[in-house]
Amino acid sequence: MNVEGIKAIYFNEMRRTRNTLLQSIVSPVLSTALYFVVFGGAIGSRIQSVEGVDYGLFIVPGLMMLSLLTQSISNASFGIFFPKFTGTIYEVMSAPMSFFEVIVGYVGAAATKSLIIGTIILITAAFFVDLRIAHPVWMVAFLVLTCIAFSLFGFIIGLWADNFEKLQLIPLIVITPLVFLGGSFYSIDMLPEFWQKVTLFNPVVYLISGFRWSFFEVADVPVGLSLAMIAGFLVLCLGIVWWMFKTGYKLRS
Amino acid sequence: MNPTSEPIIRVRGLGKRYANGFTALSNVDLDIKEGEILALLGPNGAGKTTLISTICGLVEPTSGSVTVGGHDIHKNFREARSLIGLVPQELAIAPFDVVANTVRLSRGLFGLARNDVYIEELLGRLSLGDKMGNIMQQLSGGMKRRVLIAKALAHEPRILFLDEPTAGVDVELRKDMWAIVEQLRADGVTIILTTHYIEEAEEIADRVGVIAKGRIIAIDDKVNLMSRFGRKQLTIELRDPCDSVPATLEPFSLERSSDGRRLVYSYDTRADRTGITSLLQALNSAGLQLKDLSTTQSSLEDIFVDMVASDNDGAVE
Repeated sequence: MNVEGIKAIYFNEMRRTRNTLLQSIVSPVLSTALYFVVFGGAIGSRIQSVEGVDYGLFIVPGLMMLSLLTQSISNASFGIFFPKFTGTIYEVMSAPMSFFEVIVGYVGAAATKSLIIGTIILITAAFFVDLRIAHPVWMVAFLVLTCIAFSLFGFIIGLWADNFEKLQLIPLIVITPLVFLGGSFYSIDMLPEFWQKVTLFNPVVYLISGFRWSFFEVADVPVGLSLAMIAGFLVLCLGIVWWMFKTGYKLRS
Repeated sequence: MNPTSEPIIRVRGLGKRYANGFTALSNVDLDIKEGEILALLGPNGAGKTTLISTICGLVEPTSGSVTVGGHDIHKNFREARSLIGLVPQELAIAPFDVVANTVRLSRGLFGLARNDVYIEELLGRLSLGDKMGNIMQQLSGGMKRRVLIAKALAHEPRILFLDEPTAGVDVELRKDMWAIVEQLRADGVTIILTTHYIEEAEEIADRVGVIAKGRIIAIDDKVNLMSRFGRKQLTIELRDPCDSVPATLEPFSLERSSDGRRLVYSYDTRADRTGITSLLQALNSAGLQLKDLSTTQSSLEDIFVDMVASDNDGAVE
């Protein structure tokens, strides 16, 4: 096991984050604050509560998931895309590192960064609402699993993309709609019956529902199912990455 | 260098066919001795970079095997790769990285613990001592190339690959580059460089391999290669100019200079009989008086052009 190699990639990626602190940290804090002003303040004053939870509070888990998913994907995809773009990937590919070690380095750093952002959003939220977390351990478990699974997914996108447009494509046209339609800002009970059924095909519904349960014990779908879905997504991403590296997809000719 | 020792790199039957059907390497055999400087010479698209990339693990071969320091590059990729440093042809750099950090990253990737003393000493040796804190994109092209060398040497490898190290580099830097290579050789590092500047190979290498169309068509000590493949020219200066080459000298295919004062005889140094003795006798019989004699040997460049051209008829070996 090349532990030094993993550390080298991990800390190099984390250093990159420090260099772009404004973009990495300040921007999610700012957008969280804006969501609270608009959704919690303006709209929330008319909705009062959802399933017994104050609306401003209700949107916290969804808001965190929205940032975690988009940040995990963009961090991880950019992390591996940039060395491919500049050509510096040759060094990683010719180093005595297994593909597993390379992934641990890149995905570990991207997931860590998302975790930090998630935590910052949670702290920011505490300034706007009276925060309570019913199952903190489960909350952290959901948080960590989501960060890892979606960082892996981002890594796949970064490997697959061979230009900047492709890099942005999946997050913009797939992930953002799925998150917005996944019950970030509402309970799916509030939808017409037909759309309640349709929305069950959206994997993000299970993530947000499970995560929200860990806060308020309120869920759209059984929490076990949520956990199974995220674990399944993680395994699927691992499988795809394993296949990519085994075949040298877009890395080795 | 010990000629009887095991080669540090052994390539056997190596072939690479890209997905688009292009055959970049076919059945390459190559032994590289520890401590030598081997220059791989060939025109663009000959397969030099593919050969290097395959040994370094960047290109998956279609057939054949490679061992580095006795380790198979697939089965024991960690041991094999740990021995190798690679300086790529392209100036591949992360533009926003600090010089010292990017060299530290390279050392870490190869599994070695951080060693700032070594990194500082290495950068100093490459005249980058005062650039350690600079961001890569602030450096000139020559400086960037030095950083790439520093990155390749960050894990103290025993083998260094330099892929077209002086392509697009000014004369000054090229000289510096060769000074660095000389120093590495003194440290016992095996160096494999690719180039299409023949004078480079001629100046610096111990052995020269010529690649064309994915095959090594000749490989030998530089001196042997030149004498093996070299043609020599014997220039005969005459005391009195001659109007034409005498009929008795026709078998020697002499070239006569326009002023008739010089005759040039081309011969192959590989041939058992060069024909010089009989030529001199024939000149004497023809009554021509000699003023002076001189010989010149064809450069590696001439040899190279000859070989690549004749490769259409098959291997030269």
